[in-house]
Amino acid sequence: MTVENYVIRGRVWKLGDNITTDHIISGKHKFAFIDDVNKMLPYLFEEVIPGFINKVSPGDIIVAGSNFGIGSSREQAPRLIKLSGISAIVAKNFARIFYRNSINIGLPLIEARVIPDITDNGDIITIDLKKSMVINETKNVIEQVKPFPQLVLNILLNGGIINLLKNKGLDAI
Amino acid sequence: MKKELANHTMTEQILSLNVGRKVQPGDIVTVKVDLVYAHDGTAPLVISVIKDEIGLERFEPKTIVAFFIDHVAPASTVNSAEVHRKMRLLAKNNGINLYDVGRGICHQVAPEEGLVRPGYVVFGADSHTTTLGAFSSFATGVGSTDAVVAMLLGKNWLKVPEPVKIKFEGSMQKGVMGKDIALHLVGLFRAGSMTGKSLEFDNVDSISIDSRMTITNMAAEVDADAAIMPTDKKLLNYYRFELGMEVEHITPGPRAEYADTVIVELNNLDPLVSAPPNVDNVHAVTEYEGVEVDQVFIGSCTNGRLEDLEIAARILNGRKVKTRCIVIPASIRVYQKALSMGIIDVLIKAGCVVGPPTCGPCVGAHLGLLASGETALSTSNRNFPGRMGHKDSKVFLASPATAAATAINGKITDPRGYL
Repeated sequence: MTVENYVIRGRVWKLGDNITTDHIISGKHKFAFIDDVNKMLPYLFEEVIPGFINKVSPGDIIVAGSNFGIGSSREQAPRLIKLSGISAIVAKNFARIFYRNSINIGLPLIEARVIPDITDNGDIITIDLKKSMVINETKNVIEQVKPFPQLVLNILLNGGIINLLKNKGLDAI
Repeated sequence: MKKELANHTMTEQILSLNVGRKVQPGDIVTVKVDLVYAHDGTAPLVISVIKDEIGLERFEPKTIVAFFIDHVAPASTVNSAEVHRKMRLLAKNNGINLYDVGRGICHQVAPEEGLVRPGYVVFGADSHTTTLGAFSSFATGVGSTDAVVAMLLGKNWLKVPEPVKIKFEGSMQKGVMGKDIALHLVGLFRAGSMTGKSLEFDNVDSISIDSRMTITNMAAEVDADAAIMPTDKKLLNYYRFELGMEVEHITPGPRAEYADTVIVELNNLDPLVSAPPNVDNVHAVTEYEGVEVDQVFIGSCTNGRLEDLEIAARILNGRKVKTRCIVIPASIRVYQKALSMGIIDVLIKAGCVVGPPTCGPCVGAHLGLLASGETALSTSNRNFPGRMGHKDSKVFLASPATAAATAINGKITDPRGYL
């Protein structure tokens, strides 16, 4: 996984539709460890993939259906996913706040129409951020996706909005 | 420019006036943020981004910044107490308005304090920030990092959403409330269907300010970027008499163009419930009548306002609840008004537990969590599995009228028999 050269490659964790921020990290665990995101890690995807944090490998990619990340504004949700080692998420579409939060912390999210339907758990996926392409190597399917708006791409390539502002100055947005 | 925008939607008017040029849906623009806020659920990351990622101890906020201690208030754990302490310290050192334990829920307190006005662009680090659209503002929910950017720069980027018009016709029948309109819209549109869109409401005259806030609140459930009510006489009077303020008028132009228009016949609406496990699983209350519940919760940023407590008291007056019934006013001001009107007395005599202003059990943090196998009927806004407690607990969402009637019988009950 190297966002630096715009290409991400990894093994797939397949999820369904409507994965809410509560599925990612439930409110009770968030508030129990509100002062330290790291302590929430064992509860990431608790009800969806029990024991996820012990099974995930650095660079893995989540592929999901529609409305990924719907629900609360909790930024802990994408931060935990990134902390777990997940390198990108491909889904049919994302909830608005989750999308912003992920981009802001430098976690690439890709909206794709075909890949979510044809991808299974364990497939190998390659994402080319600059060419706006997602490739399921296992199934030998290539999908051209909508390019990122320039600002969003700038945020991602700088590793998040805070880094973008540090690197490029306060007029970068 | 105002003249130029006379035939545009409220979304386009507010954002164009803010940016200083005519914008249209799909444009990525940098907006001046008039108000930004966070609470004890989102402020911990705000603080860690400012201190650890940026390395600032002190800064000059470039806009109005407010912190609300409302999610776990008063603190129920040492961890939440630590968060509250950090929030107080950062607020004190950096000119942030702090609304401490007991003041109330952010989306209720911000308008009470006059922090939002028609035409404002608001970034709130909470998904239900859309609530403030009831005050003709473009109010949108964001995460902690977005809130930090708005605090430090006084600006942030957004994609201009595509406006969708929702026109009300007629008026609601007895026993039907703003919550039923909100649930109807969530059931109609489905969860997550309005990403990238703003909802604009038309013909809202018959709807109270409290109910308007309930409707814009639940726009978050369809993932709308914002939900905007026009400035009308009722809103102007609210500002004039409650706050002593004269404000801008934001109304759509007669020839404003919308991506879609939906008409809601208010006369035809029944009391509704959202049945577990999804918020858009919306049905007439009559379909679920008789389902036993272990707990009723009346409160939250959706339905902890005076109108909500008032109707609950009207239904519970002289009666006793059969199930535990937790009532939590959304703010101390609501609490005081309810006290002076005798509402709290009626609720206590009926057997309700009345808590201090806080988000309470809505978010599964404190003051009434559910055990495995338990069912609640709640006036809040979400019913994902585990939202209010154990993963095997269930939550039905409904209006305060339906909640009060349900508390009397210990079973889901149509409120119309009690009014």
